[in-house]
Amino acid sequence: MPIQYYIALAACLFCIGVVGVVTRRNAIIIFMCIELMLNAVNLLLVAFSKMHYNSALAVNTNTNAGIEAQVFVFFIMVVAAAEVSVGLAIIVMMYRNVHSVDINFLNRLKN
Amino acid sequence: MINLIFLVPFFPLLGFLINGLFRRSLSKNTISIIGSGVVLLSFIISIILFFDVKNNGGIVVHYFDFIDTESFQIPFAFQVDQLSVIFLLIITGVGFLIHLYSTSYMHAEPTEHFGRYFSYLNLFVFSMLLLVLGANYVVMFIGWEGVGLCSYLLIGFWFKNDSYNYAATKAFVMNRIGDLGFLLAIFWILNKLGTATYTEVFEQASALSPPDVTAITLLLFVGAVGKSAQIPLYTWLPDAMAGPTPVSALIHAATMVTAGIYMIARSNALYSLSHLSRDVVAIVGLTTAILAATIALYQNDFKKVLAYSTVSQLGFMFLALGVGAYTTGVFHVMTHAFFKALLFLAAGSVIHAMNGEQDITKMGGLRKKLPVTYFTFLIGVLAISGFPFTSGFISKDEILIATYTHSRVLFWFASFAAVLTAIYMFRLLMLVFYGGFRGTPEQEHHLHESPLAMTVPLIVLAILSAVGGFVQLPEAFGGHHYLNDFLSPVVPASVPEGAHVAVKEYYLLAGTAVGLIIIALLANKLFAVKKFAGVYTGFKKILADKWYIDELYNSIIVKPLNSIAGFLNTVIDKSIIDGIVNGTGRFVNYSARQLRLLQSGQVGNYILFMVLSITVLFLVFWNQEIILAFLQKIF
Amino acid sequence: MSITEILFWFLSVLALFSAIMVLISKNPVHSVLWLIIVFFTISGHYLLLNAQFLAIVNIIVYAGAIMVLFLFVIMLMNLNVETERQRNIWMKFFGVISGGLLLWIFISASRSATDISEKNILMGQGNIGLIQDLGKVLFREYALPFEISSVLFLSAMVGAVVIGKKE
Repeated sequence: MPIQYYIALAACLFCIGVVGVVTRRNAIIIFMCIELMLNAVNLLLVAFSKMHYNSALAVNTNTNAGIEAQVFVFFIMVVAAAEVSVGLAIIVMMYRNVHSVDINFLNRLKN
Repeated sequence: MINLIFLVPFFPLLGFLINGLFRRSLSKNTISIIGSGVVLLSFIISIILFFDVKNNGGIVVHYFDFIDTESFQIPFAFQVDQLSVIFLLIITGVGFLIHLYSTSYMHAEPTEHFGRYFSYLNLFVFSMLLLVLGANYVVMFIGWEGVGLCSYLLIGFWFKNDSYNYAATKAFVMNRIGDLGFLLAIFWILNKLGTATYTEVFEQASALSPPDVTAITLLLFVGAVGKSAQIPLYTWLPDAMAGPTPVSALIHAATMVTAGIYMIARSNALYSLSHLSRDVVAIVGLTTAILAATIALYQNDFKKVLAYSTVSQLGFMFLALGVGAYTTGVFHVMTHAFFKALLFLAAGSVIHAMNGEQDITKMGGLRKKLPVTYFTFLIGVLAISGFPFTSGFISKDEILIATYTHSRVLFWFASFAAVLTAIYMFRLLMLVFYGGFRGTPEQEHHLHESPLAMTVPLIVLAILSAVGGFVQLPEAFGGHHYLNDFLSPVVPASVPEGAHVAVKEYYLLAGTAVGLIIIALLANKLFAVKKFAGVYTGFKKILADKWYIDELYNSIIVKPLNSIAGFLNTVIDKSIIDGIVNGTGRFVNYSARQLRLLQSGQVGNYILFMVLSITVLFLVFWNQEIILAFLQKIF
Repeated sequence: MSITEILFWFLSVLALFSAIMVLISKNPVHSVLWLIIVFFTISGHYLLLNAQFLAIVNIIVYAGAIMVLFLFVIMLMNLNVETERQRNIWMKFFGVISGGLLLWIFISASRSATDISEKNILMGQGNIGLIQDLGKVLFREYALPFEISSVLFLSAMVGAVVIGKKE
């Protein structure tokens, strides 16, 4: 299967995530869109890993090439999990203070 | 001996530093001892140098290269020769007496200001010594500027009084005008000769074209006019009376104003090449002498009279220089230093006794209360008026003879000025010391003779004023021109000798003796009075108001300058320059306020801009060749 | 068309549709559920690529842990009814436009990249995605980062507790 397919799929998912971040106001939805973008990147990484493996296989049948990418994806998941725990704590905190998860209330940067 | 030379200016500098830096912690006595002591040390070394120069001739001591460029070198060097050593003696000797006098005169000042005063005085002496010792025009200029600065500091010593500050500023500005001339002269010399060292300049002077020499000498003279208070820049000197009296004595007698004379005497090799410049010097000097003398006739301020007499005597010196009698000019500097320091210090003694009163219409009859002051002042008056065989007689007589051999017309005018000198000095003497006391009873009660520290310098100076002229006693009276002989290696003597001169000397002697007695009697009759209003009308008022020169300067120079400055301030500065600056500020402010709208503070907007920017960046990255080609077309 | 390709197309379409649904559903709980579907499809892709370990971890961590956490928070805040005010229409318009531009950039970038134009992906085979191989690499060469990630978790936990604590 050509790599372009997976690139296109990952790019689509990523851009949907971007559009979500830009257009939605609910902090939780925005957060979920960020997770979506992360997953798109993960998918792309795994696809590239297999592409790399495929190229190396032609030279050496016992190769291990491309496995670092999957390790990398694993670490991304680790970080994402940590990030979600802190991020959700922040959102809870915000809700407790302003009784809303609308990020338009968080425009203190303006002044 | 060579090793000692640098010590001469070094000691006053040391005194300046100690007194200036530690003036809060030192006691008045310590300050006095340091302040006077350093000048005394300089004086002692100057005496040693004097005898050395007398026996071995002058030397130039090179210390280091001050300015070293491709096209010219200016060393920092001292030149000790006959001329500078004479000035060293005058500056340090008279300077020491004035310092000594100051210790008592300024004793009422707070310690801090007392220390400040002495540090300024020492700096003043240091600058003057630097001026005199420098072996080239640049080192002289350093001292020249230092003297100007110190005069500013000392005239404005009592800086809480606005009019004193004004006087100080006036002195500084007037001096700056002269300094510019001097500076231009130095540049001119450097440009034409590539050196500013005296010996080299004078050796090569004949190589200069006549217009160059004339321009250089005239510019130097402009400098001298500023520093030595000649027409048209003399008005600062009378105003300089704002400073403490010993400062006036220092400025008028030992330092500062004699700088111009020294410079021209030093540059005699240049001046002897330009008739025009010499004539200008002589005429300016004579005019100043007469003008200042006429003004002095009707002044009511003790120190103003003396100030104008200084201006007048300086005019005499320039007259002597202008007619080519350089040694005579230097000689008159010396005798003038004696009697003018004496007169000022005596004036200080009187003012001290009168508790700060300077108005002579309030004085009178002080002879009995201040005997020492009276007696010394009398000697000073006799000397300045030219009473036979006092120092003033001999020097002024020499000037008149030199003028006579140069031009009859100048001689008669100079004689007229000399007569005026006698008149205003005797008027002053009579008004202050004869007649009845015209001040308040408290002042009369307060009158007292000054302490020893003030009277001793007076007595020393009185002796010098009386006999100091004998070094140059004309041969007609059995004397010899010792000073001329001494100075001859540096300054060519030009005193005419011979039988017909001797006859003139006798005429002059008789004339002055008779004239002075008549003037003294008249003055005694007119001014030794119980009541003196000091109010004048008609022509006298014009003289009393100094020919309205100050007003003239105010209206033709100061006011137009002020209005131009006002115009520049309001139109150019406030509206145009400030407009540009403020406009820039306002533009930035405005655009910032517009751009601020982009910063909505909403995260979504920022991300939107980020995404758009990424897009643009990618587009630019892919099309960079096209964009670069496009940019090259534009720029 | 092989079974792999059919699965690929099915999972891709489902993923994109679910992602869009995440975006446009008004109820946050629905969004979460749609997102879980996206994660399942991505896990399916991992299986297609024979990355079994990642497929399992993805389901456990994302669909299992993280999304449950999201759901918890939403329900805690009682946000399951639509309360969100919409952004203005221009913001939405520009958001979609900029997202589309970004997509266009990505696609054209991948199309113009010559060194990957001929490359293919090995589907359904290969050992590198297996737990055995991945575990060897992870515990031999990446043992230190692995341990450090536990520290990261610890600090994240401390951070979450500190932030969430009532003062």
